Amino acid sequence: MYLTDPDPSILAKKMELVDKLLSFLPRDAVIDDPRETLAYECDALSAYRCPPMVAVLPRTTEEVANIVKICWDLDVPVVPRGSGTSLAGGALPTGDSLVLGVARMNETLEVDYPNRLMRVQTGRTNLSVTGEVESDGFFYAPDPSSQLACAISGNIAMNSGGAHCLKYGVTSNNLLAVKMVTMQGEIIDLGGSQFDSSGYDLIGLICGSEGQLGIVTEATLRILHKPEGALPVLIGYNDSQVAGQCVSDIIKAGILPVAIEFMDRPCIRATDAFSQAGYPDCEALLIIEVEGSEVEIEEQLAKIIEIANKHNPVELRRAKNTDEANRIWLGRKSAFGAMGQINDYMCLDGTIPVSKLPFVLKRISEMSKEFGLDVGNVFHAGDGNMHPLILYNANKPGDLETCEAFGAEILKLCVEVGGCLTGEHGVGIEKRDLMHIQYSADDLEAQMAIKDVFDPKWLLNPTKVFPLDASAKRRAGATQETAA
Amino acid sequence: MNTVSLVPSSESEISEVLIKETEPLHIAGGQSRLEATEEKIISTSALNGIVEYEPGALTMVAKAGTPLSIIKNTLQKENQQLAFEPPELKHLLSLPGNSTIGGVFATNASGSRRVQVGAARDHLLGVRFVDGLGRIVKNGGRVMKNVTGYDLVKLMAGSWGTLGVITEVSFKVLPIAETQSTLKINFCDANILNKAINTPYDVSGTFYDVGSRVSYIRVEGFDKSVKYRIKQLLGEFSDFEVDILEMEESKKFWQNVSNLDFLKNIKGDLWRVSVRPTDGVKIIQMLNPKVGFLDWCGGLVWLRVDEGFDVREKMQKVAGHAMCLLGKFEQFHPISTAEKTLSNSIRKKFDPKMLLNRELLN
Repeated sequence: MYLTDPDPSILAKKMELVDKLLSFLPRDAVIDDPRETLAYECDALSAYRCPPMVAVLPRTTEEVANIVKICWDLDVPVVPRGSGTSLAGGALPTGDSLVLGVARMNETLEVDYPNRLMRVQTGRTNLSVTGEVESDGFFYAPDPSSQLACAISGNIAMNSGGAHCLKYGVTSNNLLAVKMVTMQGEIIDLGGSQFDSSGYDLIGLICGSEGQLGIVTEATLRILHKPEGALPVLIGYNDSQVAGQCVSDIIKAGILPVAIEFMDRPCIRATDAFSQAGYPDCEALLIIEVEGSEVEIEEQLAKIIEIANKHNPVELRRAKNTDEANRIWLGRKSAFGAMGQINDYMCLDGTIPVSKLPFVLKRISEMSKEFGLDVGNVFHAGDGNMHPLILYNANKPGDLETCEAFGAEILKLCVEVGGCLTGEHGVGIEKRDLMHIQYSADDLEAQMAIKDVFDPKWLLNPTKVFPLDASAKRRAGATQETAA
Repeated sequence: MNTVSLVPSSESEISEVLIKETEPLHIAGGQSRLEATEEKIISTSALNGIVEYEPGALTMVAKAGTPLSIIKNTLQKENQQLAFEPPELKHLLSLPGNSTIGGVFATNASGSRRVQVGAARDHLLGVRFVDGLGRIVKNGGRVMKNVTGYDLVKLMAGSWGTLGVITEVSFKVLPIAETQSTLKINFCDANILNKAINTPYDVSGTFYDVGSRVSYIRVEGFDKSVKYRIKQLLGEFSDFEVDILEMEESKKFWQNVSNLDFLKNIKGDLWRVSVRPTDGVKIIQMLNPKVGFLDWCGGLVWLRVDEGFDVREKMQKVAGHAMCLLGKFEQFHPISTAEKTLSNSIRKKFDPKMLLNRELLN
């Protein structure tokens, strides 16, 4: 992948920038020593690295505004960073950029149970938000698998999902309001504590904009009362098509589980060897979880099991208590770790219409042979969000490139069958040049027009999301004239 | 008014119209939510039909002009529904038309189940539209999880046709619950609604009649589950006199809510106020309306007030927004200067000639 070269005229302003930052920030909040900026050279897409010119760690919205205003005046690109867990390179710096990390902004500002909301600074980790209200019986629903580390700011930037979004939706469905700093350094409030707002849904637009429209410093989140309990059932089939049919039949029967997870044979074998979860050696494994009181769980699981049995499963294991539930989830939750034990891997997250699952799995397995790289599939089957894990050897010359080419073919396939390039990880740098596959020039133009409005100089995270050729003119600074 | 009506039957026809057009156009879906604001109308009635429906994937794709009734009937055959319960305004506003699916999403029309499953905008997965320059744009798709590029889907939902003519929508559908029951809690305060939603019992509707001081709390699901949750909720509200509306009676009650029947045949201006749920009661106390109802745990206030009474002026200190549906006031609540600046710039990008629904959101 091509990484953009730093602009020497911006690099020349480093001293001036650092001086200006130090005029109002403490020394330890400004990181400009090249040995220390290395800590910000990549996110979880670690195949690509580039230390920024400077990194800053503000504590308040006002500090963020001042920082950004300085960058606006000096034309320095700003790369916002949450916890750096992006799998798509969303927080990857360019050599001439300032990384603005919100890690020190982690206060809870308001918890309001009657109105089911809480307001936090966005450096808070996803899991700590739930941790704050859990003892009172509440939780924050979106649960990306990086939830221990990932920050709310990044969740908002990528519109993160998780395993339970079939029932509870993704970040966008659980975000009520934001305080945001625009690239011009203006602090603005969008949304509110009420269920809807007057005018355009700007908050819907901000969520998922990958840090390109503003820096969100505070967020008002919807919290929900926890269900009384949850239990999963594990079902194994010897045919992925049958497993797909089973999922479809469950949904058509009016049951809405909170999670439907799907694993294919390579993934089952790897995770079982790694975690000793005791999974059956079969073609397709489903983990289906339902929520409620004992009687409600009983009622839903009985219906699911009745449907599952019609399709002749090779294994059907029902959790009767939390211990058994944990055992069923153990393998799935360690799937990425298990694959990582075998080799380096690249994780994709294209989404497909659920009915296309058997065809897509068959094609992926054929392509696996063509490219000579193994692949395992974990899949949020309820919502069609795939997670093919392609194994490669980072130390073997050419392997990463082969892996990326294979990944691109899988994503093309997802779009061809009516799906999309990314369901929850975001575009970042990883998929920016594949955007042409999903979107026409006019489609991209409409999206870039939005960036023109919020960030007319294209200084915020400018090299992400859009194909470099499509955004070239704008990044070169010609926006106002050409886009008006 | 309504002198000229254009009825394009494809995106490219709409595009041709918008490229050449210089006079303002009113976009008409079924004209059940809004009276025409311009002399020239562009109708979506020829963009009609369900393009794709996959019950096992809980998704449907339909052309914007497809009548809501057709969508509902088709879904019902598979025991599915638009879970956000789009309300019908036509009876209340005395409009003759029939709601279209495009109109539902363009106005983000969301009903009582908003508190459980979200608004129309939360169910909209993809849009196709023609912007004011005649450019045909698609965004989102037909899958439930999609973060590929900016979410213009949310921007289009609730934009009242001011950014483009929506031509096709794809959206999430959900199963119709096997059964439902509603608790009718007599002689109570409105804070009962918040108490009910803040339980683990998955309440799917909350409604309060200010005049009679009666709350309605709905639960839906499988039979045993509904019975269990009703029993638990009865325990929570054991201090009150409570009636139970079973399946048919319950359905009928919420159907009336959805049609806004309870606001009919009452004189005076009609307002819809959206505030932080616990502020709903405040609004009622401050305004002392002729008739008032709370939905959305108190966060949605329906009011009938004396003609010319300025609800906005009176609610100034309470955060939220008030929409005037019948009365002399501007329909939409003013927004902050920062939001206004951004919104105007977005509108200028999508419709620089200000052709589309010029009078709205202004």
